[in-house]
Amino acid sequence: MQKHLSAAGARPAARIITLALAMLIAACQSSSTGQSSSPPSTRYPLTIQESNGSTVTIAQRPVRIVSLSPSATEMLFAINAGPQVIAVDEQSNYPSTAPVTKLSGFTPNVEAIAAYRPDLVVAADDTGGLVHALSVLGIPTLIEPAARNLDDSYAQVEQLGEATSRQSEAQGLVKQMRSQITAAVATITKPSRRLKVYHELDDTYYSATSKTFIGQVYALLGLANIADVATGAASDYPQLSSEYIVSSSPDLIVLADTKCCHQSASTVAARPGWGSIAAVRSGQVIGVDDDVASRWGPRVVDFLVAVATHVRQLEAINA
Amino acid sequence: MTVQAVAAQVRIPGLPRLRWLWTAAGVVALLAAALLGVLVGPAHISPAAVLQALTGSSIDPGQATILWQLRLPRVVLGALVGGMLATAGAAYQGVFRNPLADPYLLGAAAGANLGATLAIAYGPGASGIGVNIVPIAAFAGAASAVGAAYVLGRTVTGLRSTTALILAGVAVATFFNAVQTFVQQSQTDTIRQVYTWILGRLVTAGWDGVFLVLPYIAISLVVIVLHRRLLDVLSVGDDEATSLGISARRIRLVVVIAATLGTAAAVAIAGTIAFVGIIVPHTVRLLTGRSYRVVIPLSIFFGGAFLVLADTAARTVVAPAELSIGVLTAFIGAPFFIAVMRSTRAAEL
Repeated sequence: MQKHLSAAGARPAARIITLALAMLIAACQSSSTGQSSSPPSTRYPLTIQESNGSTVTIAQRPVRIVSLSPSATEMLFAINAGPQVIAVDEQSNYPSTAPVTKLSGFTPNVEAIAAYRPDLVVAADDTGGLVHALSVLGIPTLIEPAARNLDDSYAQVEQLGEATSRQSEAQGLVKQMRSQITAAVATITKPSRRLKVYHELDDTYYSATSKTFIGQVYALLGLANIADVATGAASDYPQLSSEYIVSSSPDLIVLADTKCCHQSASTVAARPGWGSIAAVRSGQVIGVDDDVASRWGPRVVDFLVAVATHVRQLEAINA
Repeated sequence: MTVQAVAAQVRIPGLPRLRWLWTAAGVVALLAAALLGVLVGPAHISPAAVLQALTGSSIDPGQATILWQLRLPRVVLGALVGGMLATAGAAYQGVFRNPLADPYLLGAAAGANLGATLAIAYGPGASGIGVNIVPIAAFAGAASAVGAAYVLGRTVTGLRSTTALILAGVAVATFFNAVQTFVQQSQTDTIRQVYTWILGRLVTAGWDGVFLVLPYIAISLVVIVLHRRLLDVLSVGDDEATSLGISARRIRLVVVIAATLGTAAAVAIAGTIAFVGIIVPHTVRLLTGRSYRVVIPLSIFFGGAFLVLADTAARTVVAPAELSIGVLTAFIGAPFFIAVMRSTRAAEL
C-alpha cells in the first residue's frame, strides 16, 4: 500500500530531474514544425526537424507509439492519438486509459523498449544515448523536452499532431487551451499592488522561477514570483532558504507537493516562523495536484484556472 | 574511575597539555562564528536589530520570528552537529590509531542514508502519522550499521582487532550502500529528496530539531571527553595499555558506542555532512600537538565553529537560494585534507 502510494503519487524529484535535464535540450528547441497551417493529414515518410539540428524520419503513420514522458502521454491522448499508443512509462498515470508499463523514462532500458516493437518513441530527453541506441534498431525517437513556456507546449502538441497525423485535433486542442487561458486571465483585474507567489515543489523548498512554464502561468496572472530573485543558484528550479521565504511573506503559496511530501495548509502553518507569512495568515495556501502543476501538457490549463481562482479571492481581500 | 585515575598518572613523553590559551581561542572562535551566523542571512535584518533582540529588547515581530525561530536554532544546531562530528572523528582516530578514520568509518553514514532513503521512499509523510520518521529511520540505520560492523569485526580472528573492525565497517558500508542505491534507483520519484538529504542540510523544524539531538550529543560528548586520557594510552598500543591494567577492547567499545550515538543523532537531523570529522581534529592536531587531552575538547569548539561558518556560507553564497552544506564542507575539506596529508610526513600524526 505504501509502496503503491509512493509509486503512484510521489514524483516531484523525477519531475524536476526531467525538467532540469530537459532544460538543456529545451534551450535549443524551436517550434519549427507543425505551426504552419498544414494539410489535414500527414504525408509519410515525414521528416521532423528537431531544434538541436537532428532530424527524425517517421516512415509511416505510427500505430505502435511508446511514450516515456508523462506530459507527452497526456498530449497524445488529448489529440486522440491514444489508440496509436501501445506503452507508456511508469510515471504516465494520466489519463487512466494509458497503457502503463514498467518502462522508465529516467533510466530507459532500450531492450525493454524495443521489445514492444515501437514504430515511434516519444521521450522528454535523450537519457543515456537513448536516441542513438534506438536509431540503430531503426526506431525513430521524438524528443519533447520540458517546456519553458506555454508556446513550447503548444508547439509540442502540434508537433505530436503532425507526427501522428492528428493535425486537426492538435490544432483544436491548442486553440482550446489558448482560449481557456485567455478567459481565465481576463477574469483577473489589475491589482493595485503586485501580489507575491511562492510555488513549492517539495518540502525542502525547491521552487520554480519565471523561466519555467510554471513561472509563466504566474506571470500571466500578474503575480510576482519570489523565486526570481534566486539568480545566484543558476538554476530555474532553485532551492530557496526558509528565511528568505518567510521574509518575502508571499501573498499566495501554491503547494505542488501535496502528493509527494504530504504537504498542506496545516503543515505549512506548523513550520517554524511560517505563521507570520501573509498567505498563511489569510488562508491563501493552496494545494494543487503535483502532476497537474508539473506537466506541460493540456492540464496546464487546469493549473492556471485553479491559481486564477485564488488570485481573484486575494484581489477581493485586498480591494 | 579507577581506570581513568591510572590513565591520569600515565605520563607519555612529548604529549602537550591543554593550554588555557587554546581553550579560550576555541570558545572565542565558536562564539564569533555563532555571532556571524546570527547576523548574516538572506533576510535582511540590521546588525543593530539583531543585537537589540539578543540583548532582550523588542524588535519588528517579523524579524524577531526569523531570528528566533529560523536563524538561531540553525546556528545552535550547526554548533552541536559540527562539534559532535569533529569530536567523534577525533575519537575514532584515537580508537583505531588511524588518521583517516572519520565518524562514518564503521558505516554510520551508509546506514543513515539507507534508513533515510527507505523512510523517504516508502514511509508515510510527516502529516500521515504526526511525526517525521526520516530522522528516526536514519538514526536506526546508522546505529544498526555500526552495530553490525562491530559484531562482524569481533568474529574475525587472525587480524588485529582494529583492522578487523575497519574491514567489517567497509564491508557493511558497501552492502548498505548497495541496498540504498537499489532503493533509490527503483524509486526515481524521490531521488531529489534523497540526494538533498545525503548532501546534508541544517534546515530543521526550528528548536524541535535541536532538542531532539541535544541529549544524545551531550551524553556522547561527555563520555568521549572523560575518555580523552585513555585514548592517549591507547595510542601507544594495546599491549602497553593492558600492562597498565586497562582493557583496550573495553575502552574501544565504550568510545565507539558513545561516538556512534552522537554521530547517529547528528546525521539523523543534518544528513551525512562530509569531512568535518577529519579536517577539524587534524587541524587542531597540527596546531596544538597530538594529545587527545587537547584534541578532543578543542574539536568540540572548532568543529562547531567550522560548521556554523560553513552553514552561514551555504545560506548566503547563492541567497536567497541555498547550497547543500555537504558541498561546502567537502569543497573546503578535500583540498585541506591534501594539505594535511602532505604535511603529515613532517608532523607525524
